[in-house]
Amino acid sequence: MILGVILLLMAAGAAAWAAERVVGGRAPGYVSLAAFALGLAWAASLWLGGPSADGLYAAQSFDWIPRFGIAVLLEVDGLSLLMVALTMFLGIVAVVSSWDEIEGGQGFFQFNILWVMAGVVGVFTALDLFLFFFFWEVMLIPMYFLIAIWGHENKSYASMKFFLFTQASGLLMLLSILALVLFHYAASGVVTFAYRDLLDAEVPAGVRVWLMLGFFAAFATKLPAVPVHTWLPDAHTQAPTAGSVILAGILLKTGAYGLIRFAVPLFPEASQDLAWWAMLLGVVSILYGGAMAFSQSDFKRLVAYSSIAHMGFVLLGVYAFNEQGMQGAVVTMVAHGFSTAALFMMAGAIQQRLHTREMSRMGGLWVHAPRMGVMTLFFVVASVGMPGLGNFVGEFLALLGAFKASWPLTVAATFGIVVAAVYGLYLMQRSFQGPPNPDVQAMRDFGAREMSVMVLMMIGLVWVGVYPQPVLDLSAATIHSLGVLP
Amino acid sequence: MTALQVQALAPYFVLAGGVVLLLVVVAWLRTEAVAFGGALLVLLASLAAVPYAADAGPQLVDGIVRVDGYALFFFVLFALAALATAVLALRYLPPRAAHRQEFYILLVIAVLGAAVTASAANFAGFLLGLEVLSVSLYALIAYPEDAKPPLEAAVKYLVLSGAATSTMLFGMALVYAATGSLAFAHGGGDLASGDRALLELGQAMLLAGVFFKLSLVPFHMWTPDVYQGAPAPVAGFVATVSKGAVFAVLLRYALDSGLLASEVLQTAVVVVAALSMIGGNLLALLQGNMKRLLAYSSIAHLGYLLIGLLVAAAPGGDRALGVETSLMYLAGYFLMTLAAFGVLTVFSGQNPEAEEIDAYDGLFWRRPVLATVLTLAALSLAGIPLTVGFIAKFYLVAAGVTSAAWLLIWALLIGSAIGVYYYLRLVFAMTKRGELVAEPGPHPGVAWEGVAVVVALGAAVLALGVQPSPLIALLPTLGGG
Repeated sequence: MILGVILLLMAAGAAAWAAERVVGGRAPGYVSLAAFALGLAWAASLWLGGPSADGLYAAQSFDWIPRFGIAVLLEVDGLSLLMVALTMFLGIVAVVSSWDEIEGGQGFFQFNILWVMAGVVGVFTALDLFLFFFFWEVMLIPMYFLIAIWGHENKSYASMKFFLFTQASGLLMLLSILALVLFHYAASGVVTFAYRDLLDAEVPAGVRVWLMLGFFAAFATKLPAVPVHTWLPDAHTQAPTAGSVILAGILLKTGAYGLIRFAVPLFPEASQDLAWWAMLLGVVSILYGGAMAFSQSDFKRLVAYSSIAHMGFVLLGVYAFNEQGMQGAVVTMVAHGFSTAALFMMAGAIQQRLHTREMSRMGGLWVHAPRMGVMTLFFVVASVGMPGLGNFVGEFLALLGAFKASWPLTVAATFGIVVAAVYGLYLMQRSFQGPPNPDVQAMRDFGAREMSVMVLMMIGLVWVGVYPQPVLDLSAATIHSLGVLP
Repeated sequence: MTALQVQALAPYFVLAGGVVLLLVVVAWLRTEAVAFGGALLVLLASLAAVPYAADAGPQLVDGIVRVDGYALFFFVLFALAALATAVLALRYLPPRAAHRQEFYILLVIAVLGAAVTASAANFAGFLLGLEVLSVSLYALIAYPEDAKPPLEAAVKYLVLSGAATSTMLFGMALVYAATGSLAFAHGGGDLASGDRALLELGQAMLLAGVFFKLSLVPFHMWTPDVYQGAPAPVAGFVATVSKGAVFAVLLRYALDSGLLASEVLQTAVVVVAALSMIGGNLLALLQGNMKRLLAYSSIAHLGYLLIGLLVAAAPGGDRALGVETSLMYLAGYFLMTLAAFGVLTVFSGQNPEAEEIDAYDGLFWRRPVLATVLTLAALSLAGIPLTVGFIAKFYLVAAGVTSAAWLLIWALLIGSAIGVYYYLRLVFAMTKRGELVAEPGPHPGVAWEGVAVVVALGAAVLALGVQPSPLIALLPTLGGG
């Protein structure tokens, strides 16, 4: 069934491409919406159905390349379910946000969106390391196309940089995977890429750290953490709106998911040894991302840098090595998915209307577009970490967990929240408040289409902010089953 | 010659007999259709004879050739590549050459030469096959009779390749002088130190010649020029069949003779491999011409392939895994290279030659089918999943990790990371917009046969990338040389 959903997304991609030629008009967009709606319904039905005795909502396995012990091994547990549901939901947001942004090549555009998401669902459910790597790379090409074809003025540079960073770090992970399999083979005589078997692999102590770093490099690049973050501001800024929504909302989460699912459980000792350094990277990302966000004059670039800061909290939480920290990381992943997707959608909407992302050419936009103003204010406040909204719960839990692990780092990270308030309000003031910019005579406000997804994301953030227990329950089951917490 | 030996050689006899017959027929029936159809028939008939030959089991014929699963695997690869090349040339040649009958016959002869090379068991078979292959290649490269670039390329290839062959011959003579045997399994473990030095010198010269044919750094200078000058379908044929045949015989010689037991030679192979992977990819970065880009990329790919050779034949390696890896990589390399040159050929149509990468700007919006195939080929050459190139590269890394060939693995990873850049640049060019308006009507001279071949190659690249198991299951049964 899981593979069925992945194939459904891929088939829908082909159908959307064909629909452009056969039907034309908006047909590809509707195909894509239908596919994501079906996917979301599937995720909801799994959630309502509840887990089986071993904590799984769905599972599937069969041999793929027996020569190397490679199997199609897909499982949905609590964390996967959460991420898959988020993926499907943001798929809908991405399609809606680019509804009339794309001129020409609609079909191929939707094809790429659907294929990225198909790869993402694979990444979130694969429990065979080869299969995981396979999907990890499958996400890449369509995302590259989204930026390279429909991106803005500097798309060639940005798309290439995105691809090279991800590809190079991915190769390091492949090397680590192969070495891990080889060590497992040497000890047990069985060639397998199955996650559960490799958890028991006996890797010599001296090598462990290096293998862990191979995984860490790939995931930290995707997350991204300083100093391998430089692809992100370019890619986000240049990508079309749907691309930014997917990148920030989902693709960054695959890095966080990889850390939680693979890097830490496969190498618990090595991860524990390097935990302080990873947390330090997290703190540096928080402060550096915040400082850089504040110094941007480009709306989209500011939001991009703020993503680096938010992902710093995820890194901090994961490597705190306790339940609160992990929980905080997971909640931050979900909340950041909503808030940043909304802000990127806003940036795209403004650019489409004013043909600029420069905040100096905005100002007082509230007068023209009060609905957009309200929405921006809401999501800026959410992203800043206002209590009662999702991001607060996530960052608070992450800091709580981190405090138990290292209080000096936590104190430093807390300043990141202050910085966030500064750049968040700065963004709000320069774009929507202040004296109206005389160059802007009129601006079309959000219509029902945009408002509907915005409201859905608002509901999501309020829900996670006020009653996070369902999310915590889903992730708790997975976090306990990883068996890495003391 | 026993009946079983005749049975084993059946596909070769079909080719040789077919060539003679075709030459006679074409001498008085000078229509292109007869030559083309005849060549296709001969190739198909020889392919049909392959299962029959395989039933005979491994057969060593007079010590010259050994027909076994390994040799027949290459036979099939070469014949299929020639089929694709012949069909691609059908519409490519007419604007460029007035007399086209012999082109198809030369193609069949080249397959015969390549097949004999790949099944050689001693130096006589090696040289015989290689010369039959090379001489037909000279003519094939120079085929468009009125144009100068093909002629220049052919002369360049003739002179340099001749030099390489004579180096190789000299090496063979030295090996013979040292061991007293022309067979690949010439022994040599218990030689006196003087003879030992002679043997290694001979083998080093032999390797130099082989590296030239495989266009490995630093013996690669001829490659971009010859590819650029050669007609597009022939360039694809040279990149695949000629290199495949020479690699096949190199691997077999290394396995039979224990070539890499010598530390010096093993180091030489490692250095050449690393240089080719890095150098080929770096030089490809600078190219604005498709054929030159593919030439440099093929240099890098042959460098990757040497990992397979080292794993198979170096002491401490895993012979079976190494052979399997090499065969897998070559099969993938054949598919993706032919697909890339195929698109180049079809797209060139009656135009001068769609060589410059700029010519591919916006191809996605003008000719989505060709662009999709070229994208698949480029991604496969870059080693991205969903394509056979990824599975093949995975094999190489897995084999390298198993034999702890870390230096080469790092070179492979760095080379691949560089490679991604220029393959993507090609893909990026194809996605450029601004020429969104579809071109009215088909390109003049773009024919459905060529498109069909290209699509079939692209489909194979994709299919084997998603489900490689059938091919993987076949490889270990081939006996490992």
